[in-house]
Amino acid sequence: MIWGVLQFPGSCDERDALHACTLAHGEARLIWHEDRDLGGVDAVVVPGGFSYGDYLRAGAIARFSPAMESVAEFAAAGGPVLGICNGFQVLCEAGLLPGALLLNQSMRFACRQVELIATPRDAFWSPGGPKSNERDDGSGERLSIPAKHGEGRYYAPDEVLDELEAKGQVAYRYAPGHNFNGSARDVAGVRNEAGNVVGLMPHPEHAVDPLTGSTDGLRVFEAVAAAGTPA
Amino acid sequence: MTVGTAKHRELGLTDSEFELIVEKMGREPNVVELAMFSLLWSEHCAYKHSRKLLKKLPTEGERVVMGPGENAGAVDVGSGYAVAFKVESHNHPSAVEPFQGAATGVGGILRDVFAIGARPIAILDSLRFGELDSVRSRHLLDGAVRGIGHYGNSIGVANVGGEIYFEEPYEHNCLVNAMCLGLAKTEDMVRAAAAGVGNAVVLMGASTGRDGIGGASVLASAELGDGDEAKRPTVQIGDPFEESKVLECCLELLAQGLLVSLQDLGAAGLTSSAAEMASAGGVGIDLDVAKVPLREADMEPFEIMVSESQERMLAVVEPARVAEVLAICEKWQTGSAEIGVVTDSGEIRILRGGEVVGEMPVEALVDGCPLYDLNPAEPEGWIYGNRATLATGIAAADELLALLAAPSIASKRWAFEQYDSVVGSRTVRRPESADAAVLQLPEAGNAIAVSIDGNGRRVACDPYAGTVEAVLECAQNLACVGAEPLGLTNCHNSGNPEKPATAWQLDRAVSALADACVALGVPVVGGNVSLYNEGPEGPIYPTPVVGMVGELPDPTRVAGSAFAKEGDAIALLGPFSPTLAGSELAKQRGELGKGLPQPDLAAVAAACAIVRDAVRAGKLASAHDVSDGGLACALAECAIGAGVGCRVDVQPLRDRGCSPEDALFGEGSGGFLVSGERVALEALGAVYLGEVGGTTIEIAAGDRSVVVGLGTAESAWRSLGAQAEHSGA
Repeated sequence: MIWGVLQFPGSCDERDALHACTLAHGEARLIWHEDRDLGGVDAVVVPGGFSYGDYLRAGAIARFSPAMESVAEFAAAGGPVLGICNGFQVLCEAGLLPGALLLNQSMRFACRQVELIATPRDAFWSPGGPKSNERDDGSGERLSIPAKHGEGRYYAPDEVLDELEAKGQVAYRYAPGHNFNGSARDVAGVRNEAGNVVGLMPHPEHAVDPLTGSTDGLRVFEAVAAAGTPA
Repeated sequence: MTVGTAKHRELGLTDSEFELIVEKMGREPNVVELAMFSLLWSEHCAYKHSRKLLKKLPTEGERVVMGPGENAGAVDVGSGYAVAFKVESHNHPSAVEPFQGAATGVGGILRDVFAIGARPIAILDSLRFGELDSVRSRHLLDGAVRGIGHYGNSIGVANVGGEIYFEEPYEHNCLVNAMCLGLAKTEDMVRAAAAGVGNAVVLMGASTGRDGIGGASVLASAELGDGDEAKRPTVQIGDPFEESKVLECCLELLAQGLLVSLQDLGAAGLTSSAAEMASAGGVGIDLDVAKVPLREADMEPFEIMVSESQERMLAVVEPARVAEVLAICEKWQTGSAEIGVVTDSGEIRILRGGEVVGEMPVEALVDGCPLYDLNPAEPEGWIYGNRATLATGIAAADELLALLAAPSIASKRWAFEQYDSVVGSRTVRRPESADAAVLQLPEAGNAIAVSIDGNGRRVACDPYAGTVEAVLECAQNLACVGAEPLGLTNCHNSGNPEKPATAWQLDRAVSALADACVALGVPVVGGNVSLYNEGPEGPIYPTPVVGMVGELPDPTRVAGSAFAKEGDAIALLGPFSPTLAGSELAKQRGELGKGLPQPDLAAVAAACAIVRDAVRAGKLASAHDVSDGGLACALAECAIGAGVGCRVDVQPLRDRGCSPEDALFGEGSGGFLVSGERVALEALGAVYLGEVGGTTIEIAAGDRSVVVGLGTAESAWRSLGAQAEHSGA
């Protein structure tokens, strides 16, 4: 399969994301933010960084880029899209994912290894929506992954959070004791209702090599690959 | 237009320097010329009080790819790759406005590294503030840490290490030194020398505004004093987003071979960049200020020439390639303008449209500044204050806890968690997990290690011994992760060199640096000098900050500093005979004074080699050098990191003539605390101290024995955040 990794001015993690994609499955290429044509990729990663300097508001400018218009169409057609950190912020700004990311409770940027609980339990990724055997009860697989952000406190109104939980749209939660940014209901990542667009604040692309701390991030990319591999 | 003689004094030139300029010009300089001379003849640019001393430093070695004189130094790391690195100060701006001062310090050192064609891969920083119980120090610490994070995080370069000390003499002159490392294919690297008469000079990046005007002369080369607020407009404002675009743009331009040479705009802006490029290439340059993109329309030519607006680069480009260069700048949405041409005149000519507004010989500008001899005189006693904060005669366990909680020794997690340490996927050892940061280089099939050190208090006690110790601490840190030193960069932070005591410190420190580098076989490939860190309250501690880069063949074989497992033996390796002289405990007791024992360079170097080889062979479960707070603090750090206690007896140090206090809290070079199998450790010549285990730190030391619960020790050691964010007076 072929991955496309978006590159905005100010992106930082696009090279790491490219590397993680190829480790997971297939080949990966960068997609310049001004390219309307995604080049027939099978999955899209919107990577971390500080697109357009995160000026105005994180992700607020990047969402208007030509490439993002195409990503919206790609997502609407069921294509798998993974947003990481700034990419998650961009997807929220673009309305492809619910909620918003606010300043950390500490009002400081923080970089630390965190533990996530993947929900649903039996699959990281579920195109077409949650499967019947999936539960969001803390029993899901644990992933140790670095997080690094200043604006990562997940927020959505209570009624939206209730709905996300009811529909199994909470993709990742911080394990007990690991919610360092004050996210509502420990939410670290969400997905859209269809299940093909997922965003999370921690960085799975920085957790693909035992030498740098963990390989748990590969599981996230492998799950996307499973969803994106052409039949 | 001519200018009165008062103007040159305001700009920091002496009367005799002004007369020399008139002599070299054959006339009085006009405003533009005087402004440019004043900057290039400032201490910051001309090193007029330090250049003679710095000639002592060894700069050559087999692995040196670029040495001093380029934007950054570089060493060969094999497989056709080189690692570029440099440390630079941004002290005075940070003392005025810590957030922007520190942020632009990071921005400046990043540009130095990508100016030679290397992609920045790591940042380290070395910070000094007054004691943390001062409101001012907490303000400066908070601002500087936020500023470093703001810039480095946004641009996506991992911040992998550093150090912070809190000492009274830095209260009014904080130090912010930033180091950057970059990776380049050796064949793709570029120098700063302008070449090719008729080639175009292209200015890239941000537009030019009034920020930072006069920064080099007014801020960086005079003592801070009353009226600092009025200097705020001379502090530059950083824009990491702009830098990110310029960085990617420059690397793309270099990868396509479109640039003849490249130089960043730092202190003294266009003036120094153009003059240094011309000087290095033995050519002249004509610049038209009317072509410089401006933030404010009505800027005067001299303002344009001396502006220190950030995120700008100057390139020399063959005329036929200019259009391609401008197109790539356009792609990266960064500014670009062809503003000049390389000439054979040997002069820097400044034009505004068709009008010549300044015309100076390059040689006079860059090399014409007189170099001054220092008048060193050794001060008789301890010239700094030292208030006691710890009573004498308290239990050794309480002393240990006081030392662990001392901001200079306590864990710096509060600070480094505000920095992205993982971006780039190279960070094999994150901050605090090992004595040196380790970065893998999959391109070259190996890894590098880097450490930055410099304990100013000990240099104040004895500038020679203290500086040797700084170099040795770096070497010991590298040895602990199995790395062999390749090169070194340094920043000499000091007081006013025109004062005899400071001159003596500077002279002794540079001599020590030279001797230590020669003894270890480590060349100095670049650096920086920051003088005049002094106010009415007196000078800072002389603070040579040393950044050392080493190579290790196999990143899978790197020892951590924390103990590995219960039951492992703990041993002490190396020629370590600590004393309380210049130690953190002596400071807290108010007992600081002149003099330190002289370290045995050859013996420490030999111990480094033993540790390095043992780490590479996998014989050590952990390795940690004994540093601030002595053996007791080193033991506590190893235990806290592991979450398991230890039981040791310091008798081997008693056998070397140490008192129980010396053994517990004494400091000095040459000590490695290692753990592993007892037989293997003893085979290396290490002396057995005890073993890993339990939930307490137990140190038998005669009548000064220590027993402290691991949790209690950890609470003290992790208290920096609470102290830093404490809001009371």
